[in-house]
Amino acid sequence: MLALPLIVSTLFSLVAAQSASGTGDAARGKDIYLRYSCYACHGYAGHGGAGPRLVPMRLSLPAFASVVRNPPTMPPYSAKLLSDAQLSDVWRYIRALPEWPPASRIPLLAK
Amino acid sequence: MATRHAARVSRRRFLKGAAAGSATLVAAPPVLAEQTPAPARPSAAIPSEQQLQADVGALPSPISARIVEHPGSDFMVDVLKTLNLEFAAQNPGSSFQGLHESIVNYGGNTSPELLTCCHEESAVAIAHGYAKIAGRPMLAILHGNVGLQHASMAIYNAFADRVPAVIIVANTRDATARQPGVNWYHSAVDMASMVRDYVKWDDEPASLGHFAESAVRAYKIAMTPPMAPVVLVADSQLQELPMASPAPRIPKLTLAAPPAGESGAVREAAKLLVAAETPLIVAQRAARTPDGVARLVELADLLQTPVASVAIRGATVSDRMNFPTRHPLCGSGWPGYEPDVTLGLEVQDMSALARSARDRGAKTISISAEELVQKSNYQDFQRMADVDVALAADAEATLPMLIDEVRRQLTADRRRTLEDRRRKLADAHERARDRDREAAAYGWDASPISVARLAAELWAQIKNDDWSLLSWQGFIGRWPYRLWNFDKHHQYIGGQGAGGMGYGLPAAVGAALANKKHGRLSINIQGDGDLNYAPGVLWTAVHHRIPLLTLVHNNGGYHQEVMFVQQMASQRNRGGDRAHIGTTLRDPSIDYAKLAQSYGMYAEGPIAAPGELGPAIARALARVRQGEPALVDVVSQPR
Repeated sequence: MLALPLIVSTLFSLVAAQSASGTGDAARGKDIYLRYSCYACHGYAGHGGAGPRLVPMRLSLPAFASVVRNPPTMPPYSAKLLSDAQLSDVWRYIRALPEWPPASRIPLLAK
Repeated sequence: MATRHAARVSRRRFLKGAAAGSATLVAAPPVLAEQTPAPARPSAAIPSEQQLQADVGALPSPISARIVEHPGSDFMVDVLKTLNLEFAAQNPGSSFQGLHESIVNYGGNTSPELLTCCHEESAVAIAHGYAKIAGRPMLAILHGNVGLQHASMAIYNAFADRVPAVIIVANTRDATARQPGVNWYHSAVDMASMVRDYVKWDDEPASLGHFAESAVRAYKIAMTPPMAPVVLVADSQLQELPMASPAPRIPKLTLAAPPAGESGAVREAAKLLVAAETPLIVAQRAARTPDGVARLVELADLLQTPVASVAIRGATVSDRMNFPTRHPLCGSGWPGYEPDVTLGLEVQDMSALARSARDRGAKTISISAEELVQKSNYQDFQRMADVDVALAADAEATLPMLIDEVRRQLTADRRRTLEDRRRKLADAHERARDRDREAAAYGWDASPISVARLAAELWAQIKNDDWSLLSWQGFIGRWPYRLWNFDKHHQYIGGQGAGGMGYGLPAAVGAALANKKHGRLSINIQGDGDLNYAPGVLWTAVHHRIPLLTLVHNNGGYHQEVMFVQQMASQRNRGGDRAHIGTTLRDPSIDYAKLAQSYGMYAEGPIAAPGELGPAIARALARVRQGEPALVDVVSQPR
């Protein structure tokens, strides 16, 4: 019985996140990424570590927001901790992180 | 008493007269002295022998009664020499001044040679690391009470890691022999009681003969699997008083053969493994020696069974170099591989593996000496694991029997079937290696420097050496394991044992000392948090000329705890931006190169630009190859 209000609330939140924040601001997102210790598990370059790799960011903003709000394993971040606008900023920052060349183009990683 | 009082008074009078005469001479004006006939000078004539005897009684012996030319601690050194203990790590303390002096002068400072340590925790951690390379214990000597208290965490680490160490702690049992004041603070009725929960055996010998027996017994107990530290309490009076003649007998050391599995249980285990469709071997502290690696490869090749290379269902793997990382069977199987039979070899925690297997109707087998050393208070024994076949036996000692039994039960048809499994496993292994290489490329040029790049840059420069990685990989994403070719037993020695920080650097120094005589290149990828517990061991490495390359994995804090606090805050829906408080080492950042340089070590850094790392490693390695320690401070990504 509790599930339906939760789903509705989450959907509302996700829609709000998209509409209120627009595309987000990468500079603000970087600040949040560092202050909220996203780097601790995902690395300063979003390349992964104790948590999974984030680059290249393939998730849409709603999908990203859904994972951050109610993740399977990582700590959950509610709207009280990170507003929808802040989530958009973080998503934008991760989208802006550079991709890396494949291992085959790095001599030290070549077979 | 009266005589001694009279003597003191007489000496005082004698000195008073002499002093008065001297004062008169000094005070007389020179001019007056020239113009006036010299008065009779006060005499301070040396008393005759008869006068002295009348005054103070019998003359003392020309040799002081306080001289002890054959102290008990000389005999203790004789005992230690029979055990061939190469080194004694210690931070000096008055309670073992007798033994200290005997080692240096009577024993010639060889077997054991004293290592000067700046903290007792470092002394025992040095012994811990040394034993994992040398395959035998180092001696650590500790000051009464306070030295043992300092060392206690390191002893617990060694105990939990099942590593032998012979520890001598000094004490002054006789209260009338103690100096007033601090000597009492360093004495105890039951010195070893504070560590008894996490040593395998302890004793406080009451005589030198007792010391000899207990020292040999202690060494033997420490070296019988499951191995662990032992403590001998050496009384200061026993060390310092003259020893009786003739010297007590020193028993012969005969090490016990390790306990091997019972033949019926071995047969049952073999039957399950041979019949399994998707078996898995999980090895934690399985290989005690190079032979252990060879036997495990033999078993895996016979059964065509993967040997897990990553932590699996709560079970730690590879706390030793058990299995070559580029062997086609290294891994946990292909995607979706669900083991129907899991063999655990010296795995501390089989509980989750057993639970998961039970849920699937699968079987688990455990071969481990753990059950032979379990104690009650400290909870290092983990959850109860209801495995299907349990052998309370040393895994390495049991492997030859298991291999023979598997070979006996394998039919030709079964062998042919297993070849197909090998091909699939080898393919999965290669694909896992490719994934690791691809993962290492992410963040390649990032600053801070990625740990994968650190590992790759280092590997490129050491892969043709006889190298030995002496630091735990749990805090560095296991990148060496994922990128390097581990195929020799001495190439990895695992971690702390009980997770006690402050282990890393001293254990690496001890292990590097054991590697030194083999000419091996010792490598330590050193967490910054761990380094700060007792950095004085940098000086020990320099002072004793121990070649060791240390790369500081400088991620600016106690990173595991950053994540823990962050997780707690998020679960409580508050303060997600405050996890750095109390967990990070910034403001100011610590300059580890300067720290090492202050101890006399060659050091570079902080290196934050990825392109500068390779050349810095090359310069440091050049110093290490010349026989000295060196350090590079690498500003690195968290994991």
